[in-house]
Amino acid sequence: MALLASEYTVGESALLALLGYGVVFFGIILLMIVVIIMGKIFVAAERRKSAAAAAQAMPQPAPAPVEKAPEPAPVAPGAAGQLKLHDVEPKTAAMLMAIVADKMGKPLNELRFISIKEVK
Amino acid sequence: MNIGEILLKLWNDSGFAAISSGFMDGGWQNLAMIAIACCLLYLGIVKKFEPLLLVGIAFGCLLSNLPGTGLYHQELWDSFMAGELGFGTILHDGGLLDIFYIGVKTSLYPCLIFMGVGAMTDFGPLLSNPKSLLLGAAAQLGVFAAFFAASASGFFTAMEAAAIGIIGGADGPTAIFLTSQLAPHLLGPIAVAAYSYMALIPLIQPPFMKLLTTPKQRQIKMVQTRNVSKAEKIIFPIVVTIFVALLLPDTAPLIGCLMFGNLLRESGVTDRLSDTVQNALMNIVTILLSTAVGATMVGSNFLTAQTLLIVVLGVCAFILSTCGGLLGGLIMCWATKGKVNPLIGSAGVSAVPMAARVANKEGQKANPSNFLLMHAMGPNVAGVIGSAIAAGFLLSVFGG
Repeated sequence: MALLASEYTVGESALLALLGYGVVFFGIILLMIVVIIMGKIFVAAERRKSAAAAAQAMPQPAPAPVEKAPEPAPVAPGAAGQLKLHDVEPKTAAMLMAIVADKMGKPLNELRFISIKEVK
Repeated sequence: MNIGEILLKLWNDSGFAAISSGFMDGGWQNLAMIAIACCLLYLGIVKKFEPLLLVGIAFGCLLSNLPGTGLYHQELWDSFMAGELGFGTILHDGGLLDIFYIGVKTSLYPCLIFMGVGAMTDFGPLLSNPKSLLLGAAAQLGVFAAFFAASASGFFTAMEAAAIGIIGGADGPTAIFLTSQLAPHLLGPIAVAAYSYMALIPLIQPPFMKLLTTPKQRQIKMVQTRNVSKAEKIIFPIVVTIFVALLLPDTAPLIGCLMFGNLLRESGVTDRLSDTVQNALMNIVTILLSTAVGATMVGSNFLTAQTLLIVVLGVCAFILSTCGGLLGGLIMCWATKGKVNPLIGSAGVSAVPMAARVANKEGQKANPSNFLLMHAMGPNVAGVIGSAIAAGFLLSVFGG
């Protein structure tokens, strides 16, 4: 069946549409396989690394004479303890604490932040 | 010195005279387009519909429809398309917007925008859950369904149908890239439709999300995916570029720029370049691209029955792409015995990060403690790759 403007019949158009959708899936599935393989290689490498680190830590020598743990850094006057930062810049942490304090409507020095971790 | 003659000449040179004297000969079209430009400005400024692009598009439209300004010459581009003149003539004889438009015609702007998108995108969620790539493919359903509908309608050539179909990819730069190659005369309506519908995603998608999923499915909480190492993130753009460009060489400009931008972000040694691409370059190109695209909306091209059809087919493409992604999500939900929330499938329509936000919001409506955002970002960025592959296929088949 000839159409007014398109050079393709309805059947040919349908076939092209199906083919195109199929090509997208084909490309994406191949890419997915590549990404999965890549991920497996990295996870395996990561496991090997942590296993090697654990093995190194395993043979415990005779306990060394107990040394006195270093004194924790003195806390600033008025501070509520130490804050642990995991993959977070101090500047970002300060901003987050200010936002939390603002949202809660409480002064920042009345809140205690224990740790801030970036969830990846 | 005759003051009367000077005033008469000023009047004859004015746009008012051009509109009034040639009212029936295109003047009314100019007025209608000026009104449409004002409506688009209203939508962009007041309703905040993709303002960064829509304001530029609307202003470009306004400028090119003011008679006598000489900013944009449709006849020059018609001759260019007929192969009668080259870029040199346009640079010499064209107006400001003609010169801006060279960047669209050469695909420079869409590619630079893709570079910026790449520099702003974190592919971590996709790398931690590679199966989400499938949802990015499933959500290209609207592209091919709209292509079929446009082609079968008999109102459009196959090249025009392909350009209309890509609206379903919900990816502005890809739509502009493909349309400027296959059907440049439809660039205005397609760009406006694509960006308007992207802005309307929070209104378009939720009814279909509710229609295709049960409340129980929407409540599904997904488990935290694994952490992705820095090295993996660096290797990913290199692998994707090699792989996809070898598979479909026509996608190389888009995928190449997307992944180059991402490599600048992830490599950790090009922070200055990454910052420039994400901010300064992106902003400059957005200004040039939006005004150039808006300039193509001249009355004789825009005020046609085809534009109305494009608007209708565009919304159908968006809806079908959403449904395609959701159906993909439902299949994954069934295959994983309820571990995947099907709502994340709707994010496969690109439109980063709006579609992922909508999936997250709908998930939280069903279960306030449900956080789907990071899970939806995987299909969302996969949609960008999927729509680039779809564009590459259409360009390869119809691009000649």
